[in-house]
Amino acid sequence: MADQHPSSQCGCGSGACGNGGSAKPSPASIQFKKPASAPAKSAVPAAAAPPSRRQFVGGALRGAFLFVLGAATSLIARVSQKERTVWQIDPTKCIACTNCANHCVLTPSAVKCVQQYPICGYCKLCTGYFEPEPNALNTAAENQVCPTGAIERRALEDPYYEYNIDEELCIGCGKCVVGCVVFGNGSFSLQIRHDRCVNCNECAIAMVCPADAFVRVPASQPYLLKTREKQG
Amino acid sequence: MNARGQFPIHNLQFSILNSLAPLLRVLLLLVVLLSPLATFAAERFPPPEFEPGTYTMPPTTTPPPRLAVMEIVDVAVLLGALSLSTYGVLVKRSRRHVFWVMVFSLLYFGFVRQGCVCSIGSIQDVTLALFDKSYAVPVSVLLFFLLPLVFTLFFGRSFCAAVCPLGAAQDIVTWKPIKLPVWLEHALGVIPFLYLGAAVLFAATGTAFVICEWDPFVAFFRRGGSFKMLALGAGFLAVGLFIGRPYCRFLCPYGAILSVLSRFAKWNVTLTPDDCLKCQICDVACPFGAIAEPDEAAPPKPRPGFGRLVVLGTLTLLLMAGGAWLGGRLGLPMSKLNRTVSLAERIAAEDSGAIKDVNDASKAWRALGKPAHELHAEALRVRGQFRFGGLLLGAFVGLVIGAKLIGLAFAHPHDVYEPNLANCVACGRCYSYCPKVLVAAKRSEKKEMPRPTAA
Repeated sequence: MADQHPSSQCGCGSGACGNGGSAKPSPASIQFKKPASAPAKSAVPAAAAPPSRRQFVGGALRGAFLFVLGAATSLIARVSQKERTVWQIDPTKCIACTNCANHCVLTPSAVKCVQQYPICGYCKLCTGYFEPEPNALNTAAENQVCPTGAIERRALEDPYYEYNIDEELCIGCGKCVVGCVVFGNGSFSLQIRHDRCVNCNECAIAMVCPADAFVRVPASQPYLLKTREKQG
Repeated sequence: MNARGQFPIHNLQFSILNSLAPLLRVLLLLVVLLSPLATFAAERFPPPEFEPGTYTMPPTTTPPPRLAVMEIVDVAVLLGALSLSTYGVLVKRSRRHVFWVMVFSLLYFGFVRQGCVCSIGSIQDVTLALFDKSYAVPVSVLLFFLLPLVFTLFFGRSFCAAVCPLGAAQDIVTWKPIKLPVWLEHALGVIPFLYLGAAVLFAATGTAFVICEWDPFVAFFRRGGSFKMLALGAGFLAVGLFIGRPYCRFLCPYGAILSVLSRFAKWNVTLTPDDCLKCQICDVACPFGAIAEPDEAAPPKPRPGFGRLVVLGTLTLLLMAGGAWLGGRLGLPMSKLNRTVSLAERIAAEDSGAIKDVNDASKAWRALGKPAHELHAEALRVRGQFRFGGLLLGAFVGLVIGAKLIGLAFAHPHDVYEPNLANCVACGRCYSYCPKVLVAAKRSEKKEMPRPTAA
């Protein structure tokens, strides 16, 4: 079936088309051809070229494009990374400016507050939990810093309290982080949660982060948590 | 037994804190306003040592990122979708086949992968990797950029037909498409090249990933986003009801690259198996204005000669020069979008007293304690990049417009309806409309029924 027509364009290449095993004929079994170009006399040779010339030029350009693509690929492949990386917030640089809550491509943001229990002081008057001048040290919403009430306060032995983040509610605004870092141990810090982050190639929050706190870290160690030895 | 006895200082601090609550507010305000946070974090309250067995410290949860193998799955799905789409477009010639591949792509690349990674955006990754040696582009992203290009070079725009989730979203809503005037189609067709050039400039300078930022459908794919983006997406879909695939045709920068490559594709969309009847049905069936009408038959217009080529070539050069001049002038204002430049300008304005207060960025920068001249040197370097890049961008735009004019003047003469290979997104709608195809299918059905194995 191939080459019945010099400019045969059956669409499937070289004789691979046809019905295969199916009994029902499909339009694929029809020979499709490109309409022959009208013969025209012109001073511009390329425009009035016969199909063979056109095909030759097309093939040459195709080869050239492939060459350029291959060259670019090899160039980039040389610098392409061996290890996968993901975005993370460096807590030593983060200033908890609220951009994380507002600029992530996800709503709510993939950034959440993370409680690092080993360095938490378990304070009764937690400045990450309470407004600067609380009416009372209880769990009333008016006393809380968190706009969504995402921090749970749980009494342990007197005078200690445990503070947990309900990530379903946390929007990553960092208000509690400010309170905790300024007056407390800084056990609250903002981190990108990788169960939510879609790992955009150019993180939308990183583009607006005023403190350059967004860094790429190896995917094998995707969090930058504070420890007692290494504080922010 | 109690912890109180062990930490008298701790409790002392508590009582002080409680009694000094009014002062606390003022202090907090002062500290927050005057200082970056990082320097103040310290272990002020030593963590209590609970009696063993009385308290178990909850672990700090660290949900892991997506598995690395999933990137390979993505590339495999892309390859599979490209192959299936190409098969549907060129071999099976079935709109239904293309349609279902398209639905799959919309679901997988759109809603499951939430529109990322996509080939359109990968332009920027590849650009940034070429210009910024410290930026390492993932191999999967590189393949997302490359595979559709190679496929297009051989099989036409089968990527646009059924693999791109953005195209699929618009293709599905195409309801009552109107045919745009040819002049408008040509004029708007220049915009994707402009957009491409601008996106490359912004990516190369590390300023922004414009294409991703203004991806109209990503808010739908992620089922959430800013009002601006949702409105933009809804706008494109609403326009798409009446103007087929508006983003693909008049904005998509990747489509601009593919339209160039598609012209040289080895195999591509074809309309009719034998002589065209000029019934115009395919033209009416195409929602994207991608069927080239035949030139008026009589009298045959003389082909434009060498003289016109010289005139248009000169015009192109003039356009490029003008574009370069304009682009060079626009480089400076464009550079203000770069973070380094805007920060340096802000710092300079604050230092000179033109601006009294500080913002987050300048406060954070000052906390680093780096010398200002380093920042200014970096900003000047980026500005230089923008000036030169703007020059090139302007020249590129001039070249595109000039090439468009030359292409129009020296259009390949044809006397039948045929697909415009640059614009055709290979959706396959026209296949089932051509009467010649229907007749040939009938004929081959009669002829080939007795023998199931075809030649």
